[in-house]
Amino acid sequence: MQVLRLYLRSPSAVIGLLLLLLVLAAAISAGWLYPRDPLALAGRPLLWPLENPRFPLGTDNSGRDIAAQIFHGARISLLIGLVATTISILIGITVGALAGYYGGWVDTLLMRVTEAFQTLPNFLLLLVLVAVFGSTLATVTVAIGIVSWPASARLTRAEFLSLRSREFVQAGRTLGLRDAKLIFGEILPNALPPVIVYASVVMAIAILLESALAFLKLSDPNVASWGNLIGIGRDVLRVQWYVSAIPGVAILITVLAVSLVGQGLNDALNPRLKGR
Amino acid sequence: MRVLALAGRRLAASIPTLFLILIGVFLLLQLAPGDTVDAMMAQMGGGDAATAKQLREFYGLDLSVGAQLANYLWRLVRFDLGFSAIYGKPVATVILERLPATILLMTASLSFAFFFGIVFGVLAARRVNRWQDTLISTLGLIFYAMPTFWFGLMAIVVFAIRLQWLPAGGFEDITVSRSGLSRTLDIARHLLLPTLTLGLFYLAIYLRIMRGSMLEVLNLDFVRTARAKGLDETRVVVKHVLRNALLPMVTLIGLQAGTMLGGSVVVESVFSLPGLGRLAYESVVQRDLNTLLGIVFMSALLVIIVNFIVDLLYARLDPRITTGS
Repeated sequence: MQVLRLYLRSPSAVIGLLLLLLVLAAAISAGWLYPRDPLALAGRPLLWPLENPRFPLGTDNSGRDIAAQIFHGARISLLIGLVATTISILIGITVGALAGYYGGWVDTLLMRVTEAFQTLPNFLLLLVLVAVFGSTLATVTVAIGIVSWPASARLTRAEFLSLRSREFVQAGRTLGLRDAKLIFGEILPNALPPVIVYASVVMAIAILLESALAFLKLSDPNVASWGNLIGIGRDVLRVQWYVSAIPGVAILITVLAVSLVGQGLNDALNPRLKGR
Repeated sequence: MRVLALAGRRLAASIPTLFLILIGVFLLLQLAPGDTVDAMMAQMGGGDAATAKQLREFYGLDLSVGAQLANYLWRLVRFDLGFSAIYGKPVATVILERLPATILLMTASLSFAFFFGIVFGVLAARRVNRWQDTLISTLGLIFYAMPTFWFGLMAIVVFAIRLQWLPAGGFEDITVSRSGLSRTLDIARHLLLPTLTLGLFYLAIYLRIMRGSMLEVLNLDFVRTARAKGLDETRVVVKHVLRNALLPMVTLIGLQAGTMLGGSVVVESVFSLPGLGRLAYESVVQRDLNTLLGIVFMSALLVIIVNFIVDLLYARLDPRITTGS
């Protein structure tokens, strides 16, 4: 309750929450506002926004409704963001927990792998993964999760290093608790808050990565993704720049909302650090 | 000298990482549907199975995966990255042709982001929680949330199409042959928008870190001492606070060298710059796996070199690193 009160006291956090609710509302209402396939032809191509009241945001190069694509795109962006973040955080927590808890050669080995992932530019690895496994919605989401775990692994490891020799862990060990129980039941709940806050950063970056991939026409072409629409609009950028401009604003709002909420949560959970 | 030895040791420690990456990506690429020979055959407009077999023998693709990997690593030790069937040149040549544009773009964006990150970070920290701080921090958040390629496209619309001040893409004007200063200026004009596009995202990160780090250092005792000595505020900030606040910024350069290279893939294809990033994109589309692997090697090497330089810088900024154990 107190966390909520602290959260609501920050104006930027409230703005972030409102923006996030807006995007969520778009994603939820897409089904009944635009029940037709958003990628189906809807009218004359390249209608400017408001030119025809049926298409408040206009139509793209091949006559598809931009508003419908924006609403359905919210679903795709949030879906990819949430699933990729979950995958990335799960990998990060597992690697970080094992490395931090066991130390020794396990730590050395896992940190070497983490370092390798951090040395290789993540977008390049993403390109390699897409080249190998193809670009369906599922593979792209998993690939984004795979390239973005190292930072959360390091974060979890640092937490585990500082927690593993605390009294409550030693008490658990004397009681004869198994390693798995100690790691997941005792240490992890205490190590989790900073990782959860960091998840908002991962989600923001996941959404940006997918849109970049879609813009390069390497993401799933059969879903209404904002990045896809920007890529399509690029062909008519000279005159009909709105085709690219509108989905960009949608991405901007979503990523902004996710980061503001994350920052607000961080400040609410660590009131001491506020104002930094 | 101790600095060099220290940084050198870190450099040596990154060699196993480099091999780990190469082996991992090599094995990963074995899973890719179709190999270079398939891509070549497709480009030639098809061919019979016998030719394909011959080509595979020629490129050593008929060997077992283990033998291919051993071959690759052995060639790599001699700085031979193999042959690009698509470009018809050695991979090393293809990459070296594309490297200058990327390095130029990265250096320019990094300098831009670093310099203005410091300036705006310091400004925001000095006016903390006043309107200047709010304005700078809000702009920072927006730059952070903006997809870089989208900003690039919008910049093209405004500056290249509407105002016609700057070129919409390319590395230099190839219709006129220039040399010396005029060529340099021409390239600079072409790189202005790409630099801004790639740099804004990092500017946002740098200014946020700089602001936080300034606020932290400003509260430390030695700053109070400096003020008590009667130093004016500029002296305090420049001589005492800035140097200490810079440390996290320098760390960040090393951490972000990789993401910056990744970002250049997108920016280079928005502005059609002939760089490493676009080469990576092209080799994915054309299934030129040899070149892709070469780019992976080159990028990892670049990141390692940047981290080496960062280690040296770090030691200069913080003498404790070399004098302490």
